[in-house]
Amino acid sequence: MQHTSTQDTFVGLFVASGIVGLFFLALQVSNLSSFTEHDSYTVTARFENSGGLKVKSPVSSAGVKIGKVSAISFDPKTYESVVQLSIDKQYNTLPDDTTASVFTAGLLGEQYVNLEAGGSDEYLKDGGKIEITQSAIILEKALGQFLFKSAEEKK
Amino acid sequence: MIELLQNLGKNTRTGFTKLGRGTFFLLQIISGILSVLPRPRLLLNQMYSVGVLSFLIITISGLFVGMVLGLQGYYILSDFGAEETLGVMVAASLVRELGPVVSALLFAGRAGSALTAEIGLMKATEQLSGMEMMAVDPIKRIISPRFLAGLLSMPLLAALFSAVGIIGGQMVGSGLLGVDEGAYWSQMQANIDFQDDIINGVIKSIVFGFVASWIALFEGYDAIPTSEGVSRATTRTVVNSAFSILGLDFILTALMFGDN
Repeated sequence: MQHTSTQDTFVGLFVASGIVGLFFLALQVSNLSSFTEHDSYTVTARFENSGGLKVKSPVSSAGVKIGKVSAISFDPKTYESVVQLSIDKQYNTLPDDTTASVFTAGLLGEQYVNLEAGGSDEYLKDGGKIEITQSAIILEKALGQFLFKSAEEKK
Repeated sequence: MIELLQNLGKNTRTGFTKLGRGTFFLLQIISGILSVLPRPRLLLNQMYSVGVLSFLIITISGLFVGMVLGLQGYYILSDFGAEETLGVMVAASLVRELGPVVSALLFAGRAGSALTAEIGLMKATEQLSGMEMMAVDPIKRIISPRFLAGLLSMPLLAALFSAVGIIGGQMVGSGLLGVDEGAYWSQMQANIDFQDDIINGVIKSIVFGFVASWIALFEGYDAIPTSEGVSRATTRTVVNSAFSILGLDFILTALMFGDN
């Protein structure tokens, strides 16, 4: 009987360590702990150019992540990029004249949407629209303009 | 020439016949699983020989694979000044690919070959037919518990492999090479997605466990009951499992990670 009970202990230890491994992967390695699916509300922002923004890109305000990009589509009538931002419900006091801009984290980092609060008394609601937007800065475009300008000055 | 064609036809036919037998065998195993549940002792014994005995090889290999990833990743990433993303590289490659695939290959080598040899010898020494004589169904009594044990052990082993590997990568990366420990973990947490990476990795390992146990048990059950037949069956188990695991991995990866 001694043999079977040590065997049971080993099986128990094995299963427990496997489950600990899974939990470790879920909590320590992945983003499950930092951003769980809270209740969120969706607002739409239209950009002239959303650059390299992707679904799941972060939405932050004052440097703090408050939501993520839930969908990006192209409007064939106005030729704009329509970006849906799903923002955590606990941050429901953003004024309705908030500015949305596409920024890049660092020189080569990923792109994110930055929200800068305005001064209005009305808050953004679910399904609301952000009217004031600023497009992504396209590095090639900026470089091109700069080179063009310096060539012009040399003449 | 004619002989060549005849051989080709014969080999194709025996191949398909074998696949058919294998599928029928799989259905028998699955229908036998229900009768394992009232006898957890059978399952527990097999969990021991399939899972616990593979524990050491899996964790040690995982540790070394993670450490190598940490070293190689550091050399490449430091060329771009991106050592901080070492954690992402180690964790993504382990959780998505290396964890499930390498642990499944080790599982096929460690547990699969043992299963084939065991079942094949049981067949050669007529223990299986002896059981049938006593009206004990060998599928329910012998095969199904082993199959279930493999199916349950494989995701646990793969998770252990990845977890130990990530710790190994951290040991080399921030212990030896001086990557910032906080950056290692926080970059990892920011970029590894629970649904897309971890869950898909677990699904992969379940599929590999299913296939590896099925092949091992079938080759044993289908072995020619001589010592040479058993040894050939054991070789076939390892070869076929490796092929199926790597092939399936390609298909699963294309399905899971294809859209981004």
